[in-house]
Amino acid sequence: MSSNSLVSISDISRDEILDLLDRARYFEENPNSKILDGRVVATLFFEPSTRTRLSFETAVNRLGGRIIGFSDANSTSTSKGETLKDTIKMVANYVDLIVMRHHLEGAARYATEVTDIPVINAGDGANQHPSQTMLDLYSIYKTQGRLNDLTITMVGDLKYGRTVHSLLMAMQYFNPTFNFIASKELQMPEEYKEFCREKGIKFTESTDFSEDVINASDIIYMTRVQRERFTDIMEYERVKNLYTLHNSMLDNSKPTLKILHPLPRVNEIDRDVDDNPKAYYFEQARNGLFARQAIITRALGIDPRK
Amino acid sequence: MSTNKKELAVAALRNGTVIDRIPSSVLFQAVRLLGLENSKCHVTIGNNLHSGKLGTKGIIKIADTEFPEAVLNRIALIAPTAVVNTIRDFEVVEKKTVKLPDTLSGIVKCSNPKCISNNEPMATKFEVIGHDPVMIRCHYCNHTVAGKDAQIL
Ligand SMILES: [Zn+2]
Repeated sequence: MSSNSLVSISDISRDEILDLLDRARYFEENPNSKILDGRVVATLFFEPSTRTRLSFETAVNRLGGRIIGFSDANSTSTSKGETLKDTIKMVANYVDLIVMRHHLEGAARYATEVTDIPVINAGDGANQHPSQTMLDLYSIYKTQGRLNDLTITMVGDLKYGRTVHSLLMAMQYFNPTFNFIASKELQMPEEYKEFCREKGIKFTESTDFSEDVINASDIIYMTRVQRERFTDIMEYERVKNLYTLHNSMLDNSKPTLKILHPLPRVNEIDRDVDDNPKAYYFEQARNGLFARQAIITRALGIDPRK
Repeated sequence: MSTNKKELAVAALRNGTVIDRIPSSVLFQAVRLLGLENSKCHVTIGNNLHSGKLGTKGIIKIADTEFPEAVLNRIALIAPTAVVNTIRDFEVVEKKTVKLPDTLSGIVKCSNPKCISNNEPMATKFEVIGHDPVMIRCHYCNHTVAGKDAQIL
């Protein structure tokens, strides 16, 4: 097991988060270099995710590293019944770092237990996706100039949305105030509200996506509301448009407000928001490159700032 | 009368282990946790016995067997109230409560079908995150389950 692995955002401390953000800032200023010269990184995508894979592979390429791997499990011996353990052990013979995505939850954690090569979790089912959280944190830090004392409104699917859960956990060190806006069926799970209470984190909860909440927010984090999450389709039809953000709703919002969304979006952000300077979701995705360069260099024990 | 019944239920054991104060609803889970289904020893199981504090309780008596502490402590997962009596030559030589360990390896099956531990030949692992009531969390997929609802492997 390598201590430089990153499986879950809750594995790393406040200081490590701040160090990763500082690395991301460095890579935004210096995106291209040769610091990974001679290093080989495996991108093992047992489950396809073009967006995440391209982001990780670009991060490696821009730092001069080489990549091996696969983009879906059908092209590997996994489809012939090879265990994850055997695949990881085989690949670990060839590379300095493994970036993996898997449809099974806990796959990345298990991978760290069968190899000494560092492992970066690029998503394990509905469980963890720490590089998404780091790019969210970096986006917040960059647009607000700080992480402390911000009001963050989370909207949409707060029950199943792993990105909002991880962001909530990561923000615990920075005295946030949360507003949770969701329909009854998709509210923030009790365990995360209990987490907030334990940590003394202020939060409100409402089914109403009101202007008062919008106007008080520094960040609005929108998420996709998926039909298949509802047991009652009538309920989906009733609520699907209640959690859509329109440009007119932003008239009296803070000048520094930024709208975030992990993408892809469907209709939870109206296209009339796209040209508003408060819309940040496209740049947010670009920050993923710098956040991943930060995570990769940390995993390899390379500090670009020295 | 009730005294007689009670005496019958805990009929004398020369040597072995008596596990008492197991809530009736989890008695048979406790039997499984100890692996007694395949035991060749003389095992006596009593259930729905009167108990002041628990309402009804179960009791397990295993002749000529003493268990390692780690095995006994598994019972705390489902029956934190259980009391273990070690009997030697008709005397209770030790009486102790069970104590839940911090982690449970290879004992509980994860209830999440999408968990890696249900899809790979590997040992399960759970961390104890709450004691009253007992709550455990899968080390791999982070799903949580109450101790009393845990599926014993
Ligand atoms: Zn699990």
